[in-house]
Amino acid sequence: MPILLTIKNLTCIREGRTLFRNLNLALNSGDCVQLTGPNGSGKSTLLRCVAGLFADYSGNLEAAPFLYLGHKPGVSALLTPLAHLRWFASMTGSTGDPLQALARVGLAGYEEIVCQQMSAGQQRRVALARLLISDGQDEQDAGEKRSRPLWLLDEPFTALDDKGQELIRQLLTEHLQSGGGALCATHQDLGLAGSRALALGGTT
Amino acid sequence: MFTGQLQREFKLLLRSREELANPLIFLFLALTLFALGGGGSPELLSAFAPAIIWVLVLLANLLALEGMFRRDFDDGSLEMLVLLAEPLFLPLLAKIFMHWLYSGLAMTLLAPLAALILFLPAEVVPTLLLTLLVGTPALSLIGAIGAALTVSLRKGGVLLALLVLPLYVPVLIFGAGAVSEQMAGISNMAQIYWLLVISMIALTVAPFLVAAALRISLEQ
Repeated sequence: MPILLTIKNLTCIREGRTLFRNLNLALNSGDCVQLTGPNGSGKSTLLRCVAGLFADYSGNLEAAPFLYLGHKPGVSALLTPLAHLRWFASMTGSTGDPLQALARVGLAGYEEIVCQQMSAGQQRRVALARLLISDGQDEQDAGEKRSRPLWLLDEPFTALDDKGQELIRQLLTEHLQSGGGALCATHQDLGLAGSRALALGGTT
Repeated sequence: MFTGQLQREFKLLLRSREELANPLIFLFLALTLFALGGGGSPELLSAFAPAIIWVLVLLANLLALEGMFRRDFDDGSLEMLVLLAEPLFLPLLAKIFMHWLYSGLAMTLLAPLAALILFLPAEVVPTLLLTLLVGTPALSLIGAIGAALTVSLRKGGVLLALLVLPLYVPVLIFGAGAVSEQMAGISNMAQIYWLLVISMIALTVAPFLVAAALRISLEQ
């Protein structure tokens, strides 16, 4: 089973506070690790370290090609969801169908509405649609090969209603089944078979 | 990747037209003020016209720089761009090119009007256009480095000016110098070549520096 993420002896000290010390983690394909811990315990920082957005740490990190979904949805308020996904596709070279992805996240009929006029939850859904097209699911060998097998999700449930949360669980399940992996920081129960929890904070 | 980013920037620009107009409005307001303040002495104004136009172009460019990465930084798109785009300099080049279109190029096209306001002799207007055309790309490129460095600061405006304006000085000297020499009847090819050189060097170096600066800015 291919290893998607290895963290060895990761230590991060920020503003004089030790967020984590000698953290070790191996994430194989098919694994989902849920990061838990109180606010300010370093969940987001860990995800940002893995994504390469934060470099002030010591230790070793090796990550497969990943997709990062952070606090900010990364959706321009002035663009339509369709334009946003087309841009995303041009950056990643993905071939997924943006219309299909938008329908899947429950935004059918909103393709040409400027994101500014959408609710926070709907904007999160646009961000979720990115997860769908990054996989290029309508390719023949979709199950075999995923271009970005590692998902780094930072509080994916924010602002989503019950259906939206269920959608994330479905997406995660499908992703894991097809050989992907996920590192997910959330306070909610993921409710996925085979997900592990990694508790941060409380150690000094 | 270049065209994908270009399309995105174009759509963004269409939906934020006031941003498009801001630097140009500033430019013409300031020009008019100079014309009014200069009183009724066209000779004095026309002598200083190259310098005034170039300084105002510099400042208007600076005004447009502030917003170059700001919105993308705020909504997280910039983060995504840095993580996704490989190589990063291509979409950045598209962004800078778009900035140049609505600042540098737009100002170049409107420069004849500026020349009219400041009584610049008609025969040097082509030279003014030429210097603006070859000089303003350098402004957008160099300015983008400063914009990328200061994007994570809430009040980065003054710092941006302090960082970028000194780097604009050579462009100002050669640009305004070329027009003045033309008015004095001296050959100005050297200055124009220098402007070209500055723009070319900026084009080859700036996209990479912008990429590095953005990575620093995102690591907060």
